[in-house]
Amino acid sequence: MTALNPGGWRPEMIAAGGADDSTTFTGNRALMLEEALIFEIGSAETTGVDFDETAFAADLGPLARTAPIGLPGLSEAETVRHYTRLSRQNYAIDLGLFPLGSCTMKHNPRLNEKVARMPGFADAHPLQPQETVQGAYAVIHELAEWLITLTGMHSVAMSPKAGAHGELCGILCIKAALEARGEDRRVILVPESAHGTNPATAAFAGFAVEDIPATEAGRVNLAALKARLGPDVAGVMITNPNTCGLFERDMKAISDAVHAAGGYVYCDGANFNAIVGRVRPGDLGVDAMHINLHKTFSTPHGGGGPGSGPVVLSEALAPFAPLPFVTKHAEGFRLIEEESAGEDHPQTFGRMTAFHGQMGMFTRALTYILSHGADGLKQVAEDAVLNANYVLRSLEGVLDAPFATSGPCMHEALFSDKGLAEGFSTLDIAKGLIDEGYHPMTVYFPLVVHGAMLVEPTETESKAALDQFIGALRSIAMRAKNGDPALKSAPHFAPRARLDETAAARKPILAWNEPAAAPGTPAPSEIGGS
Amino acid sequence: MRYLPLTTNDRSAMLATIGAASIDDLFADVPVDARLDGPIADLPLHASELAVERHMAALSRQNRAAADGPFFLGAGAYRHHVPASVDHLIQRGEFLTAYTPYQPEIAQGTLQMLFEFQSQVARLLGTDVANASMYDGSTACWEAIVMARRITKRGKALLSTGLHPHYRSVARTMAKYTGDVLVDGDPSLDAGTDWAALADSIDKETSCVVVQYPDILGRIDDMTALAAACQAAGALLIAVVTEPVALGLIKAPGEMGADIVVGEGQSIGVGLQFGGPYVGLFACKTKYVRQMPGRLCGETVDANGKRGFVLTLSTREQHIRREKATSNICTNSGLCALAFSIHMTLLGEAGLRQLAAINHGRAKQAAAELANIPGVSVLNNSYFNEFTLLLPTEARPVIHKLAERDILGGVSLGRLYPANADLANGVVVAVTETVTAADISAFAAALKEVLA
Repeated sequence: MTALNPGGWRPEMIAAGGADDSTTFTGNRALMLEEALIFEIGSAETTGVDFDETAFAADLGPLARTAPIGLPGLSEAETVRHYTRLSRQNYAIDLGLFPLGSCTMKHNPRLNEKVARMPGFADAHPLQPQETVQGAYAVIHELAEWLITLTGMHSVAMSPKAGAHGELCGILCIKAALEARGEDRRVILVPESAHGTNPATAAFAGFAVEDIPATEAGRVNLAALKARLGPDVAGVMITNPNTCGLFERDMKAISDAVHAAGGYVYCDGANFNAIVGRVRPGDLGVDAMHINLHKTFSTPHGGGGPGSGPVVLSEALAPFAPLPFVTKHAEGFRLIEEESAGEDHPQTFGRMTAFHGQMGMFTRALTYILSHGADGLKQVAEDAVLNANYVLRSLEGVLDAPFATSGPCMHEALFSDKGLAEGFSTLDIAKGLIDEGYHPMTVYFPLVVHGAMLVEPTETESKAALDQFIGALRSIAMRAKNGDPALKSAPHFAPRARLDETAAARKPILAWNEPAAAPGTPAPSEIGGS
Repeated sequence: MRYLPLTTNDRSAMLATIGAASIDDLFADVPVDARLDGPIADLPLHASELAVERHMAALSRQNRAAADGPFFLGAGAYRHHVPASVDHLIQRGEFLTAYTPYQPEIAQGTLQMLFEFQSQVARLLGTDVANASMYDGSTACWEAIVMARRITKRGKALLSTGLHPHYRSVARTMAKYTGDVLVDGDPSLDAGTDWAALADSIDKETSCVVVQYPDILGRIDDMTALAAACQAAGALLIAVVTEPVALGLIKAPGEMGADIVVGEGQSIGVGLQFGGPYVGLFACKTKYVRQMPGRLCGETVDANGKRGFVLTLSTREQHIRREKATSNICTNSGLCALAFSIHMTLLGEAGLRQLAAINHGRAKQAAAELANIPGVSVLNNSYFNEFTLLLPTEARPVIHKLAERDILGGVSLGRLYPANADLANGVVVAVTETVTAADISAFAAALKEVLA
């Protein structure tokens, strides 16, 4: 009978950890399922949609599309399976702590999803007659009022589509305000620690960008900023709380100095979660600030958007806000568009997007805000800051925390790669966290810290979840300090090992092409399917 | 608070670990006069799920949903049937609650989906490559104009008068501040496009010509000659598609020589959503890929030689290049791209062609029935699922009177071009597969009554 077991395999070998790395027939590993591309499993004839009527005869002459398009179809059964299998190759907030600094990966309440799908919101057209969409305008107006009150600002532009689009809105307001004053100021000052979107936005709007240095303590160097201010400076873009995880203590002094020099203060509101309900940017002299509804107000990140970036504005910038916007009157809500802008809003810088912004995000954000209320939102900020400080103080003994003595951190804790063994880097720590079942923190940002690791736990993590994460990160930090070679090749347990990003950029393959399959890719016939 | 897991005991224990006496100590860096002591006054406090749902449902009921009766609106946002499985799949937590795939080893689901999306979009638009999405069609259109300026090093863009007025408005806003020169104008009520005239206007300063296909009045035209004229003059042809379902029936812009094709992907998988979030499509010829805005997903292999996907060519992007980036875009429209991709996979080529044919056929039925009303005519010689109806009177009041009869009868040109009296009698009418023969009859009967 030994012929049936020629290798002499015994069950206890599993426990011995003999790292049975042998491949399976399918390439699957139990619940870790490989999935081919739709172009490999689908066909042009297959469809997952039935129609009630047969096609009408088309009479489009030479404009008719006759050549094959090359779009594969799958039946509904196959479609559901394809995307379900793909979904299982993703990490997500629903699976565990997702400490991606600057991104505020908090729990996404499902009531928000339910509300966004109510037919009056999901199945309404943006150009319907105004009398038929008063409820939609009411949502926009109610959310706008909350954002104005929470930030202590004068007004809000709701249409920007995401944070960077909001930055553009604020910067265009500044540009329009300067134009109205008849001034041609061409420089925007941006701290070195800023998100890349800040300098990119200023440049996109035609400004020159200059860096403001930081102090050793991780804050804006007020003296250097003041020294640079002058008649050519249009304004500053400051992130507060900043990307080093610190509150800019001198924010009011910065604003006063910028205003005295004739400039405007743009605040990047990506980190508003740390202060929502506890501090109003309007009290700090801010002229414009975008609010990422997908961060602070928990609209889902969706694997990379959609976001939503309403911009709160000071009285000085409000006249220049973009079209359209909603106003409230005795007879109901009204949408101010190009038509009446001449009377109602003559100084507007114009329109930034078709229609009125991210309505599907407004319904979710308003639902979130109403669920929390003023008291709950304050608690959100407090718990977010408490959780981050708990992580910072629990790990500062094992990971270098460059600004640990600069005061309490806000809602994110910053570490560096200082003190790791020769040849070990932040990247290795990040990949080690993957094996421990976590999404890594933000790495190599902000640029002012070598090998930065920016950890943002958010308020929706329990103490037990934090303790486990702290334990995992401590263990990985020790491995990196002790030079554990296994860490260099992590992750070992993810759907893929480290990917060759250099090869991807050197010879880009950006779309599927039948004949040009990559080496090692099985031909469609080997994969099977329909 | 149902979303906050920390208990009072947890908070005390954590403060002790931190070495802080109270939570206020953690806000010590906030200037004293900027700290709020209690919840902001005059705002409501937290509320139960039931209470919030009740409030939001009441607001939802104050809108007339498209499904509640005959509905004929388009003009850049189209109502199509979205299969139930699309909305189910995009709500899987692994898609819904993930973010930009910065860590590809644990984001292959999103990355493979994006690679498939890019491939589907490129094929649909008839181009070589597409990116991983933009915010929407209007912002994608401006980004294409900026990209053409970078490529040609020229600063004058010629916009067809058939371009959606909101798209044109976005471009005008931006051009005011970037110094780009735009040549544009309102459409006139002609059956044909202004493309031949545009071809004649191209000069040595022209970076690009921007045309919409089908255009704002629903007209379709062959852009082959215009593409050739652009090429001869060293300018780029940018085609804008706001109704991608059309490309199941009519030639793709890329097939006719467009260099950059942008679009609004909303009509496949995304739904109306009162204007957003939508999904911007952005595609071009391979030779221009390094000048593209936005994220790109590419194929590669992992350390074990297995195929995998990563975000690539990111040296174009803001997080690497900062002020030298091709665009400031960061977060795009990932989940809407997923919805688009799933719906497109369900359709497949056969389904898309059938869907497009039904749309066109229904529109022809509607055009014929509406043109039967005395004094009413159809402007277009050619159209896909949307055409311009010319009324014997100003259209805006008619639209409101139709709404009183619970018929949403299209978008008046007066709404789109309020300053242009020449267009006041026009209405753009969209007819998709969601419109029934009974809807068309009800619309025609009501219009006849209102005009009588």
